[in-house]
Amino acid sequence: MEVLSGGEMLMRALQDEGVEFIFGYPGGSALHIYDALFQQKKIKHILVRHEQAATHAADGYTRSTGKAGVVLVTSGPGATNAITGIATAYMDSIPMIVISGQVPSERIGEDAFQETDMIGVSRPIVKHSFQVRNPADIPVIVKKAFHIAQTGRPGPVVIDIPKDMTAPNDKHKYEYPETVKMRSYNPSVKGHLGQVKKAVRALLKAKRPVIYAGGGVIQADCSGLLTELARRLNYPVTNTLMGLGSFPGSDRQFLGMLGMHGTFEANTAMHHSDLILAVGARFDDRVTNTTSKFCPTAKIIHIDVDPTSISKTVAVDIPVVGDAETVLTQMLEEINAKDLKPDAKAIADWWKKIDDWRERYGLYYSKRYNTDGDLIMPQEVIETLYKVTDGEAFITSDVGQHQMFAAQYYLFDKPRQWINSGGLGTMGFGLPAAMGVQLAHPESVVACVTGEGSIQMCIQELSTCAQYHLPVKIINLNNQALGMVKQWQDMQYDGRHSESLYKDTLPDFIKLAEAYGHVGMKVTRREELEDKLKECFSLKDRLVFMDIYVDPAEHVYPMHIAPEGSMRDMWISKTERT
Amino acid sequence: MRHIISVLVENEPGALSRIVGLFSQRNYNIETLNVAPTEDETLSRITIITRGSNNVIEQITKQLNKLIDVVKVVDLTEGGHIERELLMIKLKAENAQREEIKRTTDIFRAQIIDVTQSIYTVQVVGTSDKLDAFIDAVDAKAIIEVVRSGVSGIARGERRLSV
Repeated sequence: MEVLSGGEMLMRALQDEGVEFIFGYPGGSALHIYDALFQQKKIKHILVRHEQAATHAADGYTRSTGKAGVVLVTSGPGATNAITGIATAYMDSIPMIVISGQVPSERIGEDAFQETDMIGVSRPIVKHSFQVRNPADIPVIVKKAFHIAQTGRPGPVVIDIPKDMTAPNDKHKYEYPETVKMRSYNPSVKGHLGQVKKAVRALLKAKRPVIYAGGGVIQADCSGLLTELARRLNYPVTNTLMGLGSFPGSDRQFLGMLGMHGTFEANTAMHHSDLILAVGARFDDRVTNTTSKFCPTAKIIHIDVDPTSISKTVAVDIPVVGDAETVLTQMLEEINAKDLKPDAKAIADWWKKIDDWRERYGLYYSKRYNTDGDLIMPQEVIETLYKVTDGEAFITSDVGQHQMFAAQYYLFDKPRQWINSGGLGTMGFGLPAAMGVQLAHPESVVACVTGEGSIQMCIQELSTCAQYHLPVKIINLNNQALGMVKQWQDMQYDGRHSESLYKDTLPDFIKLAEAYGHVGMKVTRREELEDKLKECFSLKDRLVFMDIYVDPAEHVYPMHIAPEGSMRDMWISKTERT
Repeated sequence: MRHIISVLVENEPGALSRIVGLFSQRNYNIETLNVAPTEDETLSRITIITRGSNNVIEQITKQLNKLIDVVKVVDLTEGGHIERELLMIKLKAENAQREEIKRTTDIFRAQIIDVTQSIYTVQVVGTSDKLDAFIDAVDAKAIIEVVRSGVSGIARGERRLSV
């Protein structure tokens, strides 16, 4: 058996876990670990410029591959800088391993230099955390951390390692456990058969069904099963912001995203449905609008791996706790075994209604935004981006209007293609996430749809992109304002734009990109939009910063009418409402 | 509704803070909290008195179960159970008060566990209601200090909370 130091064991355990990349930033308490990293060749370290970016990059890597990303930071500020990224991953149930250095064991509690109680600070935003108390425990802790992070409802796990635990001269026997068993952690996988049968019966009886699928379908890698079920029944499908790509976005059965900025037909169909099949979605407040008015005539089936998601905000009629892939398989088996058929006549009538809604304001409605003026509309940037990339790019986004436009107008046909911060809504996510995606998929096209507000929250990562030659394409929808804040101020605060404007102090993004050694392009005229985007994507080996000036007055629609509205209550434009 | 939630938790550092943190993080209330070792040295037992609607209590038990260190959760109030709390109360006891406190103590089947010329310290064991009643029964002006253990509970009959 090999005898290794704590730092070496950590590296070996990560190798044995199949880790390709560590996203990190060194510092005092992590130096033993960094020395062990230096002396191995299998894992590549990506040196970011801020620890927040390390977590988002690992997150982007995870979302695009399904494999838990790994972050390595030092104690104190290194650890606290990682917090926003950990919270982002936690809210979207993204598996991630965050290794934080810690001051030596005998210094803990003394307010030592760069000491922070990382276990305490991160406690509410991790699935679990470990502090290493004995170097010999490192292999088991790493194994447990990956197991916990990647099973059940996934989430981030922190491993806090006091510096003395990785001392080079303190050697221990190394063996990486093949499996791990924890009496207190046994997430349910299979759905209760009785509940599955009940769910299938209700599903087949429906006259106005909607399948409402969320990020859980992507996490469980069961988009194929969801698509099979939906096609077999000819039922309409809507996705949450996190679920986009779990059902082909260009499919006729797809109603688009639902929720606050969901499509007219998705929200209206939900409101009038008599049966909702929720799969891996959590009835988030950005989906439901007023919960007491949520889908008044619908019976709800809810498939979720996390029992706490069931009936948390909206009461559910038929809960099925289990892994989405397993439960959907069970449901399809039940349907196939008995050759069950839906009520074809009722479903045809339901589609007729939905098609009417679609023609009014829906996905196929030609005038979804105003194209009369000279200004570039943000929506047409996304539509052009979709065209230029053949709908096949990985799209990461930041948070705000541009995120909603990307979600609405880029039709994601594949899971893991759309990467954004849904639950936490973290500005600054897009660029570092794109780095993680590009590293995982070096041959693929990766575009970061952002705004001039969000991009400045992690702009320093342009330097990381230069170091590792990451040819990310940044699509900056520049409206010279914090657009979503401004939209709410327009709609709810009589246009008092409190602290949402900064037009005169925006940097010259072209020069900024060039300062980091990248290509910058400015687009201000409509007629040049498509050509410039084509040129941008033809520069395959370069990071291109596309600074696209869009109509600063544009709002995102539809928009739920809150706080008292139901699913179907929406603003359709600045002047029309349902 | 008042519920007694009993939790078996791995005897790991930080486990208690995860449980207490869960309650504050999710806006649940803790009326009493009691933590102690069990017959199995790898496990601690935590007993929490909380109040909430059925939905809230269901969420509390589910959220507790979701914590990795938590091995088992049971809502004792769902079945037959016994609950006990310990009260130690320091009372000013001079002259005529001494006899009065002694009498009240006897009525409650409580014990005087410490005596000075001017102080009685009384121990009362029972349900929280009984402890409240004792506190109400003695002269409020005589109360110097009240210490309560928080509730412990156990299921009646064969049922037990174990791994």
